[in-house]
Amino acid sequence: MDFTFNDDQLSFREAMSRFLMTEAPPEMLREIWETDPGRSPELRGKLAAQGLTALSVPEDCGGLGMDDVAWSLMTQELGYYAIPDSLADTAYVSAGLVAALPAGRAGREEVLGRIAAGSVRIAIGHPVNPLVADAATADLLLLPHGDEVHLVPRALVDVTPNPSIDLSRRLASLAWEPSSATRIAADEAGRRLWAQALDRGTLSVAGQLLGLAQRMLDLTVDYAAQRKQFGKPIGSFQAVKHHLADVATRIEFAKPVLYRAAHALAHGGADAPVHASHAKLVCGEAAWLAARHGIQVHGAMGYTWEVDLQMFMKRTWALDASWGDRGFHKSRVAESILAEGAAIGPGHTFEVQA
Amino acid sequence: MHLAYTDKQKAFRAEVRSWLARNVPKAPLASYDTREGFEQHREWERRLFESRLSMVMWPEHLGGRGCDLIEWLIFEEEYYAAGAPMRVNQNGQLLLGPTLMEFGTEAQKQRFLPRMAASDDMWAQGWSEPNAGSDMAAITSKATLSEDGSHYILNGQKTWSTRAIFADWVFGLFRSEAGSTRHHGLSYLLAPLDAPGVTIRPIIALNGKQAFAEIFFDDVKVPVDNRIGEEGQGWHVAMATAGFERGLLLRSPARFQATARKLVALYQANRASADRDPSIRDAVCEAWMGAEAYALSAYHTVGRLAKGARIGAEASTNKIVWSELDLKMHETAMRILGARGELLAEAPDAGTDAAGWLDGFLFAQAGPIYAGTNEIQRNIIAERMLGLPKS
Ligand SMILES: Cc1cc2nc3c(=O)[nH]c(=O)nc-3n(C[C@H](O)[C@H](O)[C@H](O)COP(=O)(O)OP(=O)(O)OC[C@H]3O[C@@H](n4cnc5c(N)ncnc54)[C@H](O)[C@@H]3O)c2cc1C
Repeated sequence: MDFTFNDDQLSFREAMSRFLMTEAPPEMLREIWETDPGRSPELRGKLAAQGLTALSVPEDCGGLGMDDVAWSLMTQELGYYAIPDSLADTAYVSAGLVAALPAGRAGREEVLGRIAAGSVRIAIGHPVNPLVADAATADLLLLPHGDEVHLVPRALVDVTPNPSIDLSRRLASLAWEPSSATRIAADEAGRRLWAQALDRGTLSVAGQLLGLAQRMLDLTVDYAAQRKQFGKPIGSFQAVKHHLADVATRIEFAKPVLYRAAHALAHGGADAPVHASHAKLVCGEAAWLAARHGIQVHGAMGYTWEVDLQMFMKRTWALDASWGDRGFHKSRVAESILAEGAAIGPGHTFEVQA
Repeated sequence: MHLAYTDKQKAFRAEVRSWLARNVPKAPLASYDTREGFEQHREWERRLFESRLSMVMWPEHLGGRGCDLIEWLIFEEEYYAAGAPMRVNQNGQLLLGPTLMEFGTEAQKQRFLPRMAASDDMWAQGWSEPNAGSDMAAITSKATLSEDGSHYILNGQKTWSTRAIFADWVFGLFRSEAGSTRHHGLSYLLAPLDAPGVTIRPIIALNGKQAFAEIFFDDVKVPVDNRIGEEGQGWHVAMATAGFERGLLLRSPARFQATARKLVALYQANRASADRDPSIRDAVCEAWMGAEAYALSAYHTVGRLAKGARIGAEASTNKIVWSELDLKMHETAMRILGARGELLAEAPDAGTDAAGWLDGFLFAQAGPIYAGTNEIQRNIIAERMLGLPKS
């Protein structure tokens, strides 16, 4: 039993964090926000060159073959730097879905190769999300029709943009016609693929929310140390300290929940859905509180457009209800633990393989 | 205790209700954080004024109709129940207005109050400075008396001044005694924003609009007649204003009762999805209970004021209650809206029931910050109401 990360995972994270710190500073995010597509092919290219798009593509398709556990770290970095791109939708959620197709189906290997190379953008239209992120700029879309999964070229989809308070979000409603030519899975296989995609999407957002929480906390700690009132740093006032300590506590206790969920997903655990929902709920709470206390400690400064905090707050408020709102995830937790004979209590922390 | 409105109060309510039914604009006005919306709101305020409904509790000769505070509460109830526009000049009307009533000379009252009631003059507040936020006594903007004693010369910078780029005048505190510190040697002054030497730089707020501004004073001449109260007594005068702001006037209970009612409606319209999260139903009930408690507290306070009581440190309890209630209600609305919550009003899939909630949610974030942060209010309650030692 070892509930920690291995060196590969940690060093990949470290590298990504260092890379994003210089390549994705807040000024750059603001610039990208202002552009029409809201996306930077250049940034995406650099992320691909770092190996991020190849992370969980199987090795025989040109990827690094890492799993959900690695993504639980990487999504935190994407959140921490508020990357203006739904990159994880392609590289994590869509890659997972396509990899789960039978060999040779729907150009599986070719699509995975392109994901790994960073040369394709896939938007994913899961039924739990009323709108689709990055549909306008996608090359391909994974779309549901009942239980069926369709892989649809962008040209066959009409896209109506729906602007969000988070300017980096590019949401749209879609109109398209399912056909046998675009169908890549149906029935039981389709249901399974959508269920896995839901858990991955949930985990992806949970990780990003946790990263956002940490970023807002770090920004606010810095601010509280610098800003002086009454002749002292505001961080010396107990009320301010306690606000920040509460956020730190939430973050610390959300992390292991996220990591268990990632492990369950990587190992196909039957309890992966409830663990993913648990993770999304606690990471969302941490981020929500980090935003609230972040703005509070920034005072009027936090209520401005000029201060970077706003970008992270808005991303938090937007992501909190994506890939299932709180009602959705709370219901999944409730149904799971209230089920007849639910495996809960001491000794059920992990679903231990025999 | 006698919980019935008098015939006069009932008649007043009926009059206000029918006036509002005939006059409230059918389509919402543009945001008052934009030039266009600001002027639309000014027009609306003028219509209120023409019917002597803009400042009902002011005396008639100053543009009001001499109502008592119960009638004011009635007016506010009708106003918010009718969904009438937000009050764009209330920083002047509700903060400076009462200060002028208490400390102004007769000439100052005549000069400023009727124009304020009519929104001919729109007022910005100038307290905060870059290094004087919670610590307002750290103000450094200077007012130097001219040699002949006829005017002050203002130099310095104010910040966070709400809608100052659209406003006509600013009121605030300036250090008039050279070398003075903290709350000594400050004077309460009124300055026209088109005076030579005034530069206003808008600050873009969380909502992307020019909701507040920095004001720079560079040798701005202001006649001594524009001082309220004695020279050097500005802190005392300003604290009275701050008391009004935190207290009853700035945020009348009807506003929150209206929000709570709107929240109940939003919940009802979305029960199928909202009930998946049982905490939403609780929060909706709590919103109603909180808004009721705030309204009841207001009626009780008004009764005590009529018997000669003064609002003291309990004004701080008010400020905490309304700002946290407002925040909680808007958070709950965002939870109910779920994935639709983040959508801007112009998004085709936002849904009509979402209207206003996102804007309100953003503004609610500021509630625990402006008018004295809630941390400062809690310190005041602990030290002045409860007598706990200062840290
Ligand atoms: C929407 C909005 C409109 C505004 N409009 C105006 C206006 O029209 N005119 C105007 O003059 N000002 C205005 N303000 C400014 C407002 O008055 C200040 O934001 C407020 O006084 C706090 O000051 P600050 O922003 O400098 O925060 P700071 O004083 O820097 O406070 C930062 C944080 O430290 C905490 N803190 C500070 N001191 C203590 C302490 N002793 N103990 C515990 N905690 C402490 C605060 O509570 C806060 O959480 C507005 C602000 C907002 C957000």
